[in-house]
Amino acid sequence: MNFSFTDEQDQLRQEARAFLAQHAEPTWSELAELGWLGVSIPEEQGGAGLGFLEEAVLFEELGRALYSGPYFATVGLALPALGDEQLARVAAGDERWSAEVDGLVPDLATVDWVVTDDGAARAEGETLPTMDETRPLGRLANGDRTPLPGSLDRPRTLAALACEAVGIAQQVLELAVEYAKDRQQFGRPIGVYQAVSHKLADTYVETELARSLAYWAAWCVAERDEQAPVAAAAAKAFASEAAVAACERAIQVHGGIGFTWEHVLHRYYKRAEWIDAFGGHAAVQRQVVAAHLLD
Amino acid sequence: MDLRDTAEEAAFRAEVRSWIQENVPDELRGHRGGAARFEGEALRAWSRALSEAGYPGLTWPVEYGGRGAPYSFQAIFYEEMARAEAPPHVGVIGLGMAGPTIMAHGTEEQKSRYLAKILSAEEIWCQGFSEPNAGSDLAAVQTSIELAPDGTRFVVTGQKVWSSYAHIADFCILVGRGDPEAPRYQNLTYVIVDMHAPGVEVRPLRQITGEAEFNEIFFTDVDVPRENLLGEIGQGWQVAMTTLLHERATLGFALTTTLEVGVRKLLALARERGADDPLVRDRVAREWIELQALKYTNYRALTRLMQTGIPGPEGSGVKLHWSEQNQRLTKLALELHGPEAQLLDGETGGYWQFQQLRSRGNTIEAGSSEVLRNIIAERVLGLPRSR
Repeated sequence: MNFSFTDEQDQLRQEARAFLAQHAEPTWSELAELGWLGVSIPEEQGGAGLGFLEEAVLFEELGRALYSGPYFATVGLALPALGDEQLARVAAGDERWSAEVDGLVPDLATVDWVVTDDGAARAEGETLPTMDETRPLGRLANGDRTPLPGSLDRPRTLAALACEAVGIAQQVLELAVEYAKDRQQFGRPIGVYQAVSHKLADTYVETELARSLAYWAAWCVAERDEQAPVAAAAAKAFASEAAVAACERAIQVHGGIGFTWEHVLHRYYKRAEWIDAFGGHAAVQRQVVAAHLLD
Repeated sequence: MDLRDTAEEAAFRAEVRSWIQENVPDELRGHRGGAARFEGEALRAWSRALSEAGYPGLTWPVEYGGRGAPYSFQAIFYEEMARAEAPPHVGVIGLGMAGPTIMAHGTEEQKSRYLAKILSAEEIWCQGFSEPNAGSDLAAVQTSIELAPDGTRFVVTGQKVWSSYAHIADFCILVGRGDPEAPRYQNLTYVIVDMHAPGVEVRPLRQITGEAEFNEIFFTDVDVPRENLLGEIGQGWQVAMTTLLHERATLGFALTTTLEVGVRKLLALARERGADDPLVRDRVAREWIELQALKYTNYRALTRLMQTGIPGPEGSGVKLHWSEQNQRLTKLALELHGPEAQLLDGETGGYWQFQQLRSRGNTIEAGSSEVLRNIIAERVLGLPRSR
């Protein structure tokens, strides 16, 4: 039993965090050069031939950085449906993909192709006003569908979202802790008040629990373990609610400034809500778990 | 990352599983716990059987009679005990707290006198930390541990409370005030007290469940030989922190495995009574999900401990979350009984009613939830001290 990342995976995390700290909105070709688009794509198709655990590290770091490009759409959603030539173009940064889930397509306007139940479609249609403006949802126009060799992998997508949610929860926790150390009221930093500090302790505990579930789900996906569907549903349910609660508490701890448009917190909050909604809210995921346990 | 057992772990798991299967007496299987678990010859016999098979002290160094096994073996042992619903060893205070503290701070004489008999279950230990006026604030203990003028012994006077196993214990790890003039955190002394010495009186403390699981201990001019000192006079706080560190290092797994038993029983109950109700399904799923969250958090903490030898921060929230989840789980189980939840002689024989009442203590004992949140806020998150 060994529940830790390898040194190489930890190094990937450090590199990703350092890069994203310098480049808040990397371009797609930068992601291709970094090799992030082809992490799990075989070397014959120009990828790194690694696995989902390395991708899980990147989903978490991109969630933490609130990255707004179609990385989740391409790598977290569409990848398992694609054939070799398409994978080669993804690894090279030449094609961006998304997928239609529950009638909605994330990042429709910024991808080239969309995976549907009936095959690949050109990314044409209407982008809808979306609460999380940085990851808008769209509806596909009718059009031709080209057959695809694979299909979507729901546990993999849910595990990716759980990892993003952990990154969000960790980042807003750190923002709130720094603010509580800094902000003075009644002559003392507000972090001395237990009404503040205990909220943040709760966020810490929930974030660690969410992290454990997300990494468990990621391992199950990487190893094609039979528990992957239930592990991913469990992780997505808990991590998305933990991320939303972390954002809510962070906003509360920040007081008025946390409620403003200029502060970054509302964008994390909206992303957390996006993650909770996509593929079914936590209650929907718990019904999947319940069916596994009770039926 | 590999969540499967290694070959050695798998072999150990198989060995433990079949040993428990063959040895746990039927009348102890699925025992609901409570005060009765400390009494009766069956439990002592079971503990001695565990000791003879070499399961206590798995992670203790070989030189002290342990197996020197990795922490993962301890986790596997807990998991298999829970799977079989086998009751724990009666010597848990000695094994989990007194033993590791003696190994860390004890003299060679103390190590050879006490450790082997902790492992063999010949001697049972209890803990004398909390007092009526010193609960979360351990440094405020009032029990006096005064060095006699001749310097050969201490005289102990005071009252301790919430002491599990004191009524069957042979020894007590006791923290008291060694130097009333010294500043806070430098005024405590830590000694081993013979529970059969004159002046020691144990009274059962009847709790919310109606049972007497804990005790009060009264010490009246009890003579304690100087060789029973652990650490130095005035270093009691530092020694006590070692005890609590060990309590918390192994506690997560033990607690989570008891919750696993509860969740398994809850699932059986839900299948029997409410498996179609979407609200019940949602709540049952939540309990199962959060059990997995605790379990895998323990695995992360365990991996860190095995790789670095130092417990990481991952586990610091496990007890906090476990206690609150256990309270919620027992309430849910009772709700599934409907209005008959009040009946103690129903089909489950008062099991869930007992568990619900007992669970109220979970957020108080072994670090109250308020203290644990302070610890996380200050030591893990680095927020300013509230006191």
